[in-house]
Amino acid sequence: MVKRIHGAGRGTTVSYLFGFILSLELTLAAYFLVVNRVLESRQLILTIMGLGVAQLLVQLVFFLHLGRESKPRWNLTVFSFMALVLVVLVGGSLWIMSNLDYNTMTPTEIETKLLEEEAIPR
Amino acid sequence: MNEQLTATDSKADKTVFGFWVYLMTDCILFASLFAVFVVLRGNTFGGPSGAELFSLPFVLLETLILLTSSFTAGLAMLAVHRRDNNQVLAWFGITFALGLSFLGLELYEFANLYQEGNGWQRSGFLSAFFTLVGTHGLHITTGLLWMGVMMIKIYRQGISIASAKRLTMLSLFWHFLDIVWIFIFTIVYLAGDIYG
Repeated sequence: MVKRIHGAGRGTTVSYLFGFILSLELTLAAYFLVVNRVLESRQLILTIMGLGVAQLLVQLVFFLHLGRESKPRWNLTVFSFMALVLVVLVGGSLWIMSNLDYNTMTPTEIETKLLEEEAIPR
Repeated sequence: MNEQLTATDSKADKTVFGFWVYLMTDCILFASLFAVFVVLRGNTFGGPSGAELFSLPFVLLETLILLTSSFTAGLAMLAVHRRDNNQVLAWFGITFALGLSFLGLELYEFANLYQEGNGWQRSGFLSAFFTLVGTHGLHITTGLLWMGVMMIKIYRQGISIASAKRLTMLSLFWHFLDIVWIFIFTIVYLAGDIYG
C-alpha cells in the first residue's frame, strides 16, 4: 500500500501531459500574436494578459492540483485570500500611480494629452 | 499500523500546507515587484526601452525550457509516488539540467545587458527589471540547490516518507516558479515589445 500525501493532491501522467500541452499552446499563441502584431496594441495587451491568466489556471489545476485536495480545502482558501490581497495591492498601486502621473503633468504633457483625448490632429 | 500512518499523514499534510502558505506569501512579494515594474516601465531616463533591449525568440526559448522542466518535475513526482528510485533520479536529473540551462541563459542575458552599459543603475525601468527578473532567478537558484541536495539524498538512502514529503514541497515550489515566469514573459517581455 502506497502512502498518500493529501496536502497537495496528485496527478497522473495523462493529466500532466495534458497540462503541459495546453501550456505550450497558450505560450506559443501569445508569442505569435505579439510577433505578428495581429491586433491593435490595447487589444493585444488584453489578449496576452488573458492568455497568461488562462495558463495560470491550467497550471494551478494540472500541476499544482488546486481544488482537488480533500475537504476542508485550506489550500484553496489561502490561495483565494492571496488573490484578494494581490488584486488590492497591484490594482491599488497602479491606480494611485496613474493618478499621480495625471496630476503632475508638465504643461506640454497636458497639451499632448488633451489633443490626444479630444482626437484633434496636429 | 493504520493509525500510525494516519498520524504521519496528517503531520505531512500540515507541513505541506505550511509550505503552501509560504508560497502564497511569496506570490505577494512577486506581485509587489510586478506592480513596481509596471509603474516604472516608462521611466527609461533617455535610455533604451524593453523593446529595444530584449530578444523575443531568446525569451521564448527560456520559457519553453522552464515549462518543460515543470512538466518533468511533475513526472518525477509520479515516480516518487511509485517509489521508483531510478526514475525519480532520472526525471529530477532532467529537471535539474533544464533549470540549470534556464539559469545560464538568464545570466547570459544579464551579463550582456550589463556589458552594454544597460545595468540596473541605467534607469528606473532597468532597476525594476533586474529586481523582478533577478528575484525570480534567485528563487530558481535556490530550487536547484534544493533539488541537488535531494538527489544526493535519494541516491544514497532511497525514498523515505520524509523525503517524499520534501519532494512534494520542492515540486510545488518549482511549478510555482514556472507560473511566476509566465507572467514575467507576458508582462515584461511581450507587453514590453508591444509598448515599444
